[in-house]
Amino acid sequence: MQNFKIIGKDDLLSVATQMKYDHYRLAQISCTKKDKLDLVYSFVKDYDLENIRIELEFDEEIESISGIYSYAFLYENEIKELFGVKIMRISLDFNGTFYKIKKTESKNGEVAQNG
Amino acid sequence: MNMIKKSPWILHYDGSSCNGCDIEVLACLTPLYDVERFGIINTGNPKHADILLITVSVNEQNIPVVKQLYDQMPNPKAVVAVGICAATGGIFKECYNVMGGIDKVIPVDVYVPGCAARPESIIEGVVKALGVLESKRKANEE
Amino acid sequence: MGNRTIVPFGPQHPVLPEPIHLDLVLEDETVIEAIPSIGFVHRGLEKLVEKKDFQQYVYVAERICGICSFMHGMGYCMAVENVMDLKLPDRAEFLRTIWAELSRIHSHLLWLGLLADAVGFESLFMHCWRLREEILDLFDMTTGGRVIFSVCKVGGVRKDIDAEKLKKIVEVLSNMDSSLRSITKIFLSDTSIISRMSGVGVLSPEEAFDLGAVGPMARASGIVVDDRLLGYGAYPHVKFEVQTATEGDCYARTKVRINEIFESISIIKQCVSLMPSDTAIDVPVKGNPDGEYFARLEQPRGEVVYYVKGNGTKFLDRMRVRTPTFANLPPLLHTLKGVDLADVPVLVLTIDPCISCTER
Repeated sequence: MQNFKIIGKDDLLSVATQMKYDHYRLAQISCTKKDKLDLVYSFVKDYDLENIRIELEFDEEIESISGIYSYAFLYENEIKELFGVKIMRISLDFNGTFYKIKKTESKNGEVAQNG
Repeated sequence: MNMIKKSPWILHYDGSSCNGCDIEVLACLTPLYDVERFGIINTGNPKHADILLITVSVNEQNIPVVKQLYDQMPNPKAVVAVGICAATGGIFKECYNVMGGIDKVIPVDVYVPGCAARPESIIEGVVKALGVLESKRKANEE
Repeated sequence: MGNRTIVPFGPQHPVLPEPIHLDLVLEDETVIEAIPSIGFVHRGLEKLVEKKDFQQYVYVAERICGICSFMHGMGYCMAVENVMDLKLPDRAEFLRTIWAELSRIHSHLLWLGLLADAVGFESLFMHCWRLREEILDLFDMTTGGRVIFSVCKVGGVRKDIDAEKLKKIVEVLSNMDSSLRSITKIFLSDTSIISRMSGVGVLSPEEAFDLGAVGPMARASGIVVDDRLLGYGAYPHVKFEVQTATEGDCYARTKVRINEIFESISIIKQCVSLMPSDTAIDVPVKGNPDGEYFARLEQPRGEVVYYVKGNGTKFLDRMRVRTPTFANLPPLLHTLKGVDLADVPVLVLTIDPCISCTER
């Protein structure tokens, strides 16, 4: 089974900086929306995979890591739009117009968002 | 193929399909199926086109693009919906971002079934569309 | 400073089979910045996981993209199998590997054709696609589908390939060899193709790492990364070399992909000769997935990451896929800076963009 290291949201920037320093590549950022927001950052070095997990309340803000991994802005814009995660200070912020999804209420009343 | 009075030019647009039908549309143009022997040419310019081949379940962002392409085509024109997604939304019908069927946006003349639609059926769809074009032309003249 | 203009590129563009939109900021003829605008193919199929159970979802995963369809199904199945701790019969792994490598050949040939078209070699485009049809015939023969096969399932594969058909696969691949070599020779030695590609869109190894490039894009910049070395499928049993180049330009990316075609042919031939004789091609699936797993595999375009999170019911909590083109977009945007407007279509093509993968 793969390891998921749980960290607090304030440690994200320092962990990401360390990963970059150790020559890890950011493989993906994913979000799962249940009773909490569950963010998983995956880093890859050669064939080694490290997963960092952060749990957030729905209205909590989190820093962008696009200052450290420049290409993170794609993942962060995606998560911001599809899950409504409040990611602050993304280098190139599309402000919720990345995929331009249909913003209508579905039948059961929840906003058409992923997760 | 006596019914072909002119060489129909095709405009192909992919608006949120999985690519499967799109590569089959392209495969129609290549040596094994070779629709060019019927004078059918794939063009990139909507103002040259007679037939719109469209492979979409249509998502939100594509609606204006599809409408614009359709409006830019000269009359008479025919629309061929390729693949089950273009007909009903297919497997993506329940996705939150798709309309489910191109006929919700523009009028469709021919539906080609399949997931992915095979080149044979795409060609048949185009040939059917030629008949539609012809009758539209006649109706225009009257 | 010259005149600044913004030229919209796409979404409907002759060189693109799929819609993507770039705003190219030009200074005279030179691109100084490219701003992407995507979402034309976004369907939201990750959320479908709540409506289709984990076995049905294989069909959705296969339809993420019609070009690497088989490998999408395979990646999803691998992730679920790892969560459920299923060990596949060897024969299933070998069959999957054969289909996966055939998919790689078909995808690379398709791409070579589009590239030939983009540099104005129409008959070369036709030849590439003619050869590709031979691979599609093999798919038709073994699975019944040309593009989407639905042979992968959680716990194995649905169809076996018997000895006669295996022989036929090897025969077709051997016969293709000479025409493949004469076609690919044109790409690598024709002066006008070289002048279009050599030195265009150079990505240095440092940039490739800094921007997170994967697959042939990274390998063409000299980074040795190939997820097949992770040892899934039948790859631990076969010998193959990771194809790399050092120049990092469009020409290098073409060279890497061409060499990979021949490498794939060799992998398939080895798989056929090593094919285990047991008859089991699947294992029974009991219960529901509970747990999470990241599966990584090498698609024609590079590394794909599949994340699956189950909760013990037949509906998964989450399925996420990070596709290779998504990772290769930042390197593309970077290399676009400084090229001529006329080179943009070729450069966009050399990352082998697959937009329906990217946006899902």
